[in-house]
Amino acid sequence: MLLELRDLQVSYGDIHALEGVSLSVAEGELVSVIGANGAGKSSLLNCLMGIVPARGGSVTFQGKDVTSLPVHERARCGIRIVPERARVFPRLSVYENLLTGCYGIRNSVGLAGKLEWLYSLFPVLEERKSQLASTLSGGEQQMLAISRALIADPKLLLVDEVSMGLMPMLVDKVFEVLSMLNRDHGLTILLVEQNALASLGISSRSYVLETGRIVLEGPSGELLENPRVREAYLGL
Amino acid sequence: MNDYSITILTFIAIQAIVACGLNVIVGYAGQISLGHAAFFGIGAYASALLTTKGGLTFWTALPLVILLTGAIGLVLGMPSLRLREDFLAVTTIGINFIVESVFLYVPFFGGALGLGGIPSITLLGTRLRGPNFLYLCLVFLAAVLFISRRFTRSWGGLACFALREEETAASSMGVSPIRFKLLAFVLGTAMAGLGGALYAHLMRFISATDFGFTLSVSMMSMVVLGGIGTLWGPVLGALILGVLPEVFRPLIDYRMLLNAAILLLMIRFQPAGLLGEGSLLRRLFRRPGRDSAHE
Repeated sequence: MLLELRDLQVSYGDIHALEGVSLSVAEGELVSVIGANGAGKSSLLNCLMGIVPARGGSVTFQGKDVTSLPVHERARCGIRIVPERARVFPRLSVYENLLTGCYGIRNSVGLAGKLEWLYSLFPVLEERKSQLASTLSGGEQQMLAISRALIADPKLLLVDEVSMGLMPMLVDKVFEVLSMLNRDHGLTILLVEQNALASLGISSRSYVLETGRIVLEGPSGELLENPRVREAYLGL
Repeated sequence: MNDYSITILTFIAIQAIVACGLNVIVGYAGQISLGHAAFFGIGAYASALLTTKGGLTFWTALPLVILLTGAIGLVLGMPSLRLREDFLAVTTIGINFIVESVFLYVPFFGGALGLGGIPSITLLGTRLRGPNFLYLCLVFLAAVLFISRRFTRSWGGLACFALREEETAASSMGVSPIRFKLLAFVLGTAMAGLGGALYAHLMRFISATDFGFTLSVSMMSMVVLGGIGTLWGPVLGALILGVLPEVFRPLIDYRMLLNAAILLLMIRFQPAGLLGEGSLLRRLFRRPGRDSAHE
């Protein structure tokens, strides 16, 4: 297993956001975690990245226990996150935002080739490369955040609510890109989403998170047929 | 130019050097510091002691002074920079008061009498005075601006900007927050040390009260007024705040009031400073097609 979470717990004061979550992601998989608002999805990814501390349990990446590593060292292990609401650097240009992505590993990624590839994925980024990131639309900022994570050649890509606040056409486009990255480039992705239909559609396996616990897991195709999922998350 | 204006300009050049250092910390790395005068003082005292008691010349002492001030910046920055925003502001104010008290109460630093008899700077056998001292300060100011500019174009600078904008996102890119905040802090305090050394040899007498909290606030005002995070902002800020009290000489007693009023007006109408992004001056003189993210 590339990534293994065992009994992960997160709490903010007295509020328990995660109450013992265990999940795993194998190399080359696209796994999704679906759940409603406040189910603990973002806490899960943030804890995995090291942004919020784990109160209990462990995170193992490539067989190495990373539970106590700070954020920047996990990033160096090859974990990258596309944060909720993109979190691009507003007063840096699009190009500089991309550069920050390969901080410390610039020689090994082959910057020029990577940029060309990313610009072909998202041509709008090339058009706006010298604009400040704050001038981009929400969708463009998401594309920038994805590219900033991809430029580092991550071993594991974490994607936090990428569909939030995007118009449906863009959601399709972004999910298509993620699916293509997984299929054609073998990129391992862990996707956390409120948009259950789209994420079940592109992932091979999924977990359903409810109030800090995993309540269902299995191949995404089966979950799509599960009556509980259909009723609660697909509105069918 | 008469002696009077040369003296004023020399002060302004020194303050601009120190303000540029503060700008690296506050403007580039986004870490508030309200104790910058402490490092200005450390530079001044270090140079004064090394040249009077240590028997060095200004020139042999200078590299030591810069290294020492940067090293003290590193030591004081390590615990402080783990804090954020308001807590960091309060801690840096504390640093300022502690350093000032050490100068004031430890006999080694001359106590309340201060340190006198600091030698003038000589270059190629001649004593630097008047305009020559000003030229020397301007050369150092140019060097400081050059280093600042190089820093903004470097990977370390980019890492600092990223931290300033979104600390969590930056660390998720592999940027170690404490490492780059410290880098900016050391660079900024070393520049203050350089300014302090020049100040000590200009005045030839220094005392603890020269480096109080009020000066830290003035430094911050210069940076905010000129344009926080811009290259030339601190220089413009130092120039305006240095010249105004001289032009409005009758108002000299109300100097702090004037500074406060300027600061409030700036924050209300031009929060990015005179040279900041989207400011009036910048819009007037914008060169078309040029990216001005952090110039």
